[in-house]
Amino acid sequence: MMFIDPHAHMISRTTDDYEAMAASGVVAVIEPAFWVGQPRTHVGTYIDYLSAIIGFERFRAGQFGIRHYCTVGLNSKEANNEDLAEAVMEILPRFALKEGVVAIGEIGYDEQTELEDRYFRLQLDLAKELDLPVMIHTPHRDKKRGTSRSMDVCEEHGMDPAKIIVDHNNEETVREVLDRGYWAAFSIYPSTKMGNARMVDILAEYGAERIMVDSACDWGISEPLGVAKTAKLALERGIPEEHVKLVCYQNALSAYGQSGQMHEDDWLNPAAIDQRTVFEGNSILRGGREPLVQDAAVKRNANNLIIE
Amino acid sequence: MTSPVITCLNDWLQTRLSDEHRQWLDDQLNKILAANSDRALHITLGLIPRKFGRADLNLTTAELNQAASARANWAPTHWTVDTAARIYILSHLAARDSAKFGDTITDLCRNADLAEAIALYSGLALYPQTDTIDKQIGEGLRTNMRAVFEAIAHHNPYPAEHFDENRWNHMVLKALFIDSTLAPIQGLDDRANAELATILCDYAHERWAAGRVVTPELWRCVGPFATGAMLDDLQRVSESEVPQEKHAALLALSTCPEPRAADILNKHPEIKSAIADGRITWNALD
Repeated sequence: MMFIDPHAHMISRTTDDYEAMAASGVVAVIEPAFWVGQPRTHVGTYIDYLSAIIGFERFRAGQFGIRHYCTVGLNSKEANNEDLAEAVMEILPRFALKEGVVAIGEIGYDEQTELEDRYFRLQLDLAKELDLPVMIHTPHRDKKRGTSRSMDVCEEHGMDPAKIIVDHNNEETVREVLDRGYWAAFSIYPSTKMGNARMVDILAEYGAERIMVDSACDWGISEPLGVAKTAKLALERGIPEEHVKLVCYQNALSAYGQSGQMHEDDWLNPAAIDQRTVFEGNSILRGGREPLVQDAAVKRNANNLIIE
Repeated sequence: MTSPVITCLNDWLQTRLSDEHRQWLDDQLNKILAANSDRALHITLGLIPRKFGRADLNLTTAELNQAASARANWAPTHWTVDTAARIYILSHLAARDSAKFGDTITDLCRNADLAEAIALYSGLALYPQTDTIDKQIGEGLRTNMRAVFEAIAHHNPYPAEHFDENRWNHMVLKALFIDSTLAPIQGLDDRANAELATILCDYAHERWAAGRVVTPELWRCVGPFATGAMLDDLQRVSESEVPQEKHAALLALSTCPEPRAADILNKHPEIKSAIADGRITWNALD
């Protein structure tokens, strides 16, 4: 089965993770612009970060046969640094139309401050102007009210819920998000967000329409195989295969494909220019060459001595 | 007066874009030329592939001839439609203010996505030459993305015309290092030099020491300057069981003025005559 991980901070991950993801069936990832752990204090570091996720990270993923897309935006934590936020808003339009940018995101609330609210709204307006989908990061704390508020603000700005993906849902938020017509994403992230057994229960209760699963893997203790493991567990526990395919592949493609920047052909039948550049002529997906995939458990065993 | 390069790009886009897209491009060009900020430029360059797609340009022989007469050695064989449209816009900006254009290119390169970086560097030979652009090319050569490196190194008249010996030599060495190819580098034989031959032989020895394959193409830049131990290397490769390696060594020796080169070549009369009558060439190494 092919998978898409529609929320993965690959810039923080190693090549082992890329290998493992490719081996598990991941064909495409979406890398949302986010808070990198250490606060950025200059717009220059923001520019270089955005350039990295539209540039080198995309290329790096291609070496493992994985298509890489991204979203660009000012995250809610850094929206609280007003000088930085103003400068980032100035440069965002030049990144929003780069190749492979599928949404403005991840944006929304952290502590629900006035500044967070201001820059969330300005970015919704930018998404509307450029006709791009939006990826919403719902807050870790005061989550339920923060999620409702995010949707209220989207509606105040005349956004179409069909173009908005509300991420990091849980049992408490999912019903309202779906009822209001938004896409509901779930991050299978150990300890703080969703576990995959809970996720399977949600799929059993809500079905698969407008639901998608991601790993949100980043610099923390997280699981780049979150999508593949959830799919396998769901199948084992009797979720119909077509539902698994929707939540682990098709819904992400349908939602973010609205950007016009993400097509199944990108990985099934890449354009000539992509084969020459992104995949460097390695027809990994078409059986032309052995994929750069090796069992991580074998490679990372210290008794496996030979390095060539 | 419109430059011959702009005329080429204009003609090629005319036959490949719909009337609506063609009109849009010129409307955007007028907006960009009238604007005080770069916002319209950034948005236009971003929208070009979104609107026009990224198909190969596939120029006809007549169009490639048109290119070469518009600008010596210009060979846009690997260009895509979006690259041509982007360079069309940039060529107008270059024509308007060549001093400011260097800053524009540098700024665009810093935030470029992969396809955009390829487009920007593919157009180098068409830009006014400035120190700013020269520095930016250095950045481009330092990339790890092979396709970006090749946008500078391959099918591009700029390096042979403008690179100093150090930059030229390192471009050739890097092409080998990242598993790229040398044949598409323009001026490869004209710019061969003794220093490069030494660097390449050292590199071959490193590869051999590590038990790795040495690309046969490497010997092309060694041949004309091979002396002493370098001839030992070529002799060694000429005895290879792998036909491409053997042929490469003998091709290299055929360009070497040393008497010993002719001696080695004479040990392989069949290949020597195949080289002499053009059946074995660097472009057809097999």
